[in-house]
Amino acid sequence: MSSSSRHKSAIRSTKTVFGSPQEGCISRKDLLTIKSLDVRDIELIIDTAAAFHEVAGRAVKKVPALRGKTIANLFIEPSTRTRTSFELAAKRLSADVVNLSGSSSSIMKGESLVDTGQALECMGVDLVVIRHPAAGAAHTLARTLKAGVVNAGDGAHEHPTQALLDLFTIIRVRGKNIAGLRVVMVGDITRSRVARSNIHLLIKLNASVCVVGPPTMIPPHIEKLGVSVSYDLESALKGADLVMILRVQHEREQRSLFPNIQEYARLYGVTRERLALAKPNVLVLHPGPMNRGIEISTEVADGLSSVILDQVANGIAVRMGVLYLLAATRGAKGVGGA
Amino acid sequence: MKKSVFGKTNERVLMGRSDVSEALDLIADSIVDDHRDDGMMALVGIRTGGIHLARRLVLRIEKQLSLEVPLGTLDINLYRDDLVGMARQPVLRTTDIAFDVTDRNIVLVDDVLFTGRTIRAAMDGVMDLGRPARIQLAILVDRGHRELPIAADFVGRELETTEKQVVKVRLQEEGHSTDVVIVTS
Repeated sequence: MSSSSRHKSAIRSTKTVFGSPQEGCISRKDLLTIKSLDVRDIELIIDTAAAFHEVAGRAVKKVPALRGKTIANLFIEPSTRTRTSFELAAKRLSADVVNLSGSSSSIMKGESLVDTGQALECMGVDLVVIRHPAAGAAHTLARTLKAGVVNAGDGAHEHPTQALLDLFTIIRVRGKNIAGLRVVMVGDITRSRVARSNIHLLIKLNASVCVVGPPTMIPPHIEKLGVSVSYDLESALKGADLVMILRVQHEREQRSLFPNIQEYARLYGVTRERLALAKPNVLVLHPGPMNRGIEISTEVADGLSSVILDQVANGIAVRMGVLYLLAATRGAKGVGGA
Repeated sequence: MKKSVFGKTNERVLMGRSDVSEALDLIADSIVDDHRDDGMMALVGIRTGGIHLARRLVLRIEKQLSLEVPLGTLDINLYRDDLVGMARQPVLRTTDIAFDVTDRNIVLVDDVLFTGRTIRAAMDGVMDLGRPARIQLAILVDRGHRELPIAADFVGRELETTEKQVVKVRLQEEGHSTDVVIVTS
């Protein structure tokens, strides 16, 4: 089957792809990267998230699906938004949740990541959600544990649930036909796991992606992933369907990447005037937290094109979907392996 | 259309198109008799078999009562009692109940009543959306072998089956050439 026809049929209808409703299952025990997902998995996650989106709109936002399952949030790198989102997702599925942070856990006492993971597993944890400053940390854990592992961000590598919630947000507004959409991704592409996951996801769905930023923030040979490169935001924005703005990460050492913050804002900040170059129905996404006045102007952040708050809300539905799909493969024979 | 790998020899047709239609007429008449004076009735079809039946019942009921009867669809998978331990998660579909269930007289609709576990899950699903005044159950085929204390209020046809047999309702809305109820042993 040619890849283009597979994409077409996979994105159009759920029935033809999945066959009978009993056959849906993500084909692995972990969610580590977007790169390793096939289009079927992606669509299954998106469709499952749609069911949970309805649950999120109820007065009682809780369902009993993961009763008796235990999920550990192992956040070695600090995070409020993603951890809260995963925690709420797990709780709304009726799972038990434990939160471990780098500063308060035995990681501080020198325990290795694998030892921590194995200890959690021995306490009956079914799924570990891990955020770690080192790329590949989630893989290391997944290889050694029988428990499922969800990568909630590993260094500058990947942040798969962020890309999935971005896609879900786009699909809620635009429908499932992502192929051909023109996407502009602006910011520090080199150090952004959000960018990497989104590039893999959008390219798999045949969108056309242009990455924009100062040359110091664009990794060499990025074209090999199937994206185009521009150093000029205004020319890239012409005719864009989607603008994905990445956060300027002050807290990491970025002084050498551009002379100062004001210059970055002047050249690469998305303002109302610049956004007017895109299509009239353009959508603006930002993974948060935003630096208003730097990578995004307040007018754009709060404007009609912005779906930034939808991203936050949809994040819970998407993570509920991921946890729901992964929790089932736990304990089932012959399903293990990443 | 899915065919049995063993051919058709072990499939037996229990109800044809006109039997299904008569059974639905019977159910609709009983629902109308029971609800004649209340404007609070709503039908909820259980995915996937109950949805098309609920839609057909609503048409019949609305014709008789000349009032609009709200229709919703319910996915019970999140409320199943066998989710833990399943090797493969069932694919979720969206529950779509656009009206407030609180104080409504809800009639759940499904194709086959067997163990009763689906209906238990469906009741939990509806109760999570509000507090209905009453929940009733309309079923096309009651094949017996209950594992829970659950009974239908409106039954199209009762069928004698053994526990091992499989009863399938195939409907035109699902792409089948005609409506048929089949037992496979």
